[in-house]
Amino acid sequence: MKPPVPPPTRSAERAAPFEAVLGLEVHCQLATRTKLFCACPNEFGAPPNTNVCPVCTAQPGSLPVLNEAALALGVRAALALGARVAPRSRFDRKNYFYCDLPKGFQTSQYAFPLSSGGGLALASGRTIRLRRIHLEEDAGKATHDRGPRTLVDLNRAGVPLIEIVSEPDLFSSAEAVEYLESLKEILQYAGVSECDMEKGSLRCDVNVSVRRPGEPLRTKVELKNLNSFRNAALAIEHEIERQVGLYVQGGPVVQETRLFDVATEKTRSMRSKEDEHDYRYFPEPDLPVAIVGEELLAREGARVPALPAARRARYRAEFGLSEQDARVLTSARALADYFERAAGLADKKSVANWVANDLLSLLAERRRPAQAIEELGLDPARLAELVLLVCSGALGTSAAREVLRAMVDTGKSAAALVGEKGLGQVSDVETIEGWCRTALKGKESVVAQVLAGKEKAIGALVGPVMKASGGRANPKVVQETLLRLMKDERGS
Amino acid sequence: MRPFEDATAIRERVLAGETSVESLIARTLERIARIDPEVGAFRAVFADRSLARAAQLDRSLRNGARPGPLFGLPLALKSNMCLEGTPADCGSRILAGWHAPYTATFVQRAIDAGAVPIGTTHMDEFAMGSSGENSSFGVPRNPWDVARTCGGSSSGAAAAVASGMVPLALGSDTGGSVRQPAALCGISGMKPSYGRVSRLGLVAFASSLDQVSPLARSARDLERVLGAIGGVDPRDATSLPGPFPPPESRRDLAGLVLGLPAPFFPEGLDPEVQARVDEAVCLLEDLGAEVRPVALPALAHALATYYVIATAEASSNLARYAGVGFGGRAEGDGTLAGMMSTTRSRGFGDEVKRRILLGTYVLSSGYYDAWYGRASRVRAALADEFAHAFSAVDLLAGPTSPTPAFRLGERAHDPLAMYRSDILTVPASLAGLPAASIPCGLARVGGAALPVGLQLLGPRGADERVLGVARLFQEHTTHHLAEPPLAGDEAQA
Repeated sequence: MKPPVPPPTRSAERAAPFEAVLGLEVHCQLATRTKLFCACPNEFGAPPNTNVCPVCTAQPGSLPVLNEAALALGVRAALALGARVAPRSRFDRKNYFYCDLPKGFQTSQYAFPLSSGGGLALASGRTIRLRRIHLEEDAGKATHDRGPRTLVDLNRAGVPLIEIVSEPDLFSSAEAVEYLESLKEILQYAGVSECDMEKGSLRCDVNVSVRRPGEPLRTKVELKNLNSFRNAALAIEHEIERQVGLYVQGGPVVQETRLFDVATEKTRSMRSKEDEHDYRYFPEPDLPVAIVGEELLAREGARVPALPAARRARYRAEFGLSEQDARVLTSARALADYFERAAGLADKKSVANWVANDLLSLLAERRRPAQAIEELGLDPARLAELVLLVCSGALGTSAAREVLRAMVDTGKSAAALVGEKGLGQVSDVETIEGWCRTALKGKESVVAQVLAGKEKAIGALVGPVMKASGGRANPKVVQETLLRLMKDERGS
Repeated sequence: MRPFEDATAIRERVLAGETSVESLIARTLERIARIDPEVGAFRAVFADRSLARAAQLDRSLRNGARPGPLFGLPLALKSNMCLEGTPADCGSRILAGWHAPYTATFVQRAIDAGAVPIGTTHMDEFAMGSSGENSSFGVPRNPWDVARTCGGSSSGAAAAVASGMVPLALGSDTGGSVRQPAALCGISGMKPSYGRVSRLGLVAFASSLDQVSPLARSARDLERVLGAIGGVDPRDATSLPGPFPPPESRRDLAGLVLGLPAPFFPEGLDPEVQARVDEAVCLLEDLGAEVRPVALPALAHALATYYVIATAEASSNLARYAGVGFGGRAEGDGTLAGMMSTTRSRGFGDEVKRRILLGTYVLSSGYYDAWYGRASRVRAALADEFAHAFSAVDLLAGPTSPTPAFRLGERAHDPLAMYRSDILTVPASLAGLPAASIPCGLARVGGAALPVGLQLLGPRGADERVLGVARLFQEHTTHHLAEPPLAGDEAQA
């Protein structure tokens, strides 16, 4: 694949003729039950230092054993991103001293990563190439701002991560955010990770450089501590401006690592290249080579679901949904799966409306996200049943909303609730005619307006009819009946 | 019961009802109290714990429980082994006061087989040394001549067995740390194939080389211990599959081809050592072995290769001792980095610091290829060379140590001379081969009689072959029955 030609960025436009080049390193915690090298729970939010054991606290004599489930999720992520999985990958030791790193080294795949290649398409159609994906363990968490002492929590130490490294194929903060959103969506769909930036299960570092078009890459700066997509965008914007500013003034850009400061929304230097650690990587002698066989590849390949972009395309092309609805319905895999199950049983567009509007409102009332759709306890087949009742004219829309709510509350079927509540729509002409005659009494002026061609005035008559019917009268039949009666009256 | 009986014989007496485990342990504790002030083998003795355990074993036997292969036998541990709730300071100030929060697989298996862990023994700090002199807490003396070293790093373990305080001890062998002290103290020691015994709970020095290795007064005891503690452990990803291989019993050595690698008999080899090993080889020949010379040219690089790889791994393995989660802490200048570096500067001894620095250097960017990378390639070539040699011979033999026990202090300030003590033991370590050292007679040095060790090496995984030949050798010799002259014994007599 050839590197793509960059479109101009906002910053570049302001400070032409520079263009920005970005590469992303995304760390993503794998949704395993246990940690990468021990049986401690991989769980967020437990009291400090409760999910720990001799292995993840590096007690002398302890040894790591690779969690096969983490390897499998890594393989699944690689396959979902179109990467080539290495049949043999190897763990190395990355040596450095810090209080949140109990062994004094991080076990990470360095020389022989889990996968290489792969890519991710942006909406523009351009593919962002991936360089590699590797498995590694997370460090613990050090807290420095609670009193004079540093506090260390090792619950996170040893949590499995994959690091996804892109090629420098991104050219703006907007592209970087799109890439991140798309990556997050895919990893969530594949069940690889929660990808919750607030909980730190998705973290990203960005390498930023700027250059004049056609030039080779210039010095890059690594940005860290980007804990939201918004902050990532702000940091990138700020860094592009800073580098362009330096070049314009004739100064060099120094290779360094910079931290994003949430308060000032600016980056500040953390360490320069001279201060970089010499990590002294060497093969981890406590672990054999990780082997990915055909069986594992096939099993994990089968677990990669249809991805959101493909589903959206299908919803638009085959179901005739709008881009907006397709986006809403694919915002979580559970929601999309739910929708698809119901849509197979009733009119797809109608199902889409019911899921995207009514079910999501019910979830919102419960303060639950879209992926919690199953928690409503409403079988997709039952929703389809309700939609069929509405489409056949047997149930009015507002009555159907009431029924839907009751279905969720009671677990009863639509048909049972309609019967129980007497909510069936009345289309019987004789019954409706009775209500209409009552409504027409003393409304001669309205009748005159309608007959004079002001058809909208009929609303003043429809309302009372609906009211008299308890909302059950079929509005279309009401309208037809009213018009017929008015014309009959004049004719007589 | 005599203190120098081997474990197999002691166990038989216990099972025959000649003694209870409790009285055996009580006598063991008495002997330690009498002899150890002279020898200095023990770092800690678990008196109450082992007596309680002994009483429990006696009860279990009365209740008809089947006695395990190590039933009732006192077992000394090296101070780098984890037994929950007991100290395992690795001979280092930096771990002083640290108590193991869990029990090593091999220790648990020994206990399950009926062994009674009786205490921990002195060692070179973090198993780095060949004389025991690098300990922060005490230097064991050789029972054959208390002015001399026991070898190292499993110095106390070897001294405890050699002086008849315990029949069995567990040591760890990274580059010869069990075989060399076994040779220098006149007892039997065996480093099994890499992966035969789980390393879980053995505090790491160099992970790709470390092996838990027993010390005993006979080869049949080594077999007994390894059979109990060896075999695959799902919690050690480097452990070899399957159980420890069953013993191989031989009536003679007919059909066995014994290789003598030229590099094992270098110029400058102590003539007394050469003579005792020659005699041993003659006996093996008499027993039916066909003896052949073997060229192993890559062995010339073994010592250098070993000291690159072992120090590299050690520099990383010892990074955890930084005053954060466990072990000693020195506050330093109050910063995090200051605390860590002060803790390490004060906590580690000179030899450990030297090896951490060497290991850090050989892994540094720009030097990695020339040092660690090249050493890894030489290591692979050496393993290939051994594999090739074993296509023509069944076993290799040579001395364990180029000299008998040297005087304490003699090499303490000459690290290179000390490193050269390991020249004949590191090859098997680098290739992961099973290798035993068994007594093959005494060398006359000045007025003293000092033990000499015969080293037997087999192909990786063929532990039973090494043990079978060692056992047969001991069935035809009495070298392993020789007893050192101990002042404490004379006092009693």
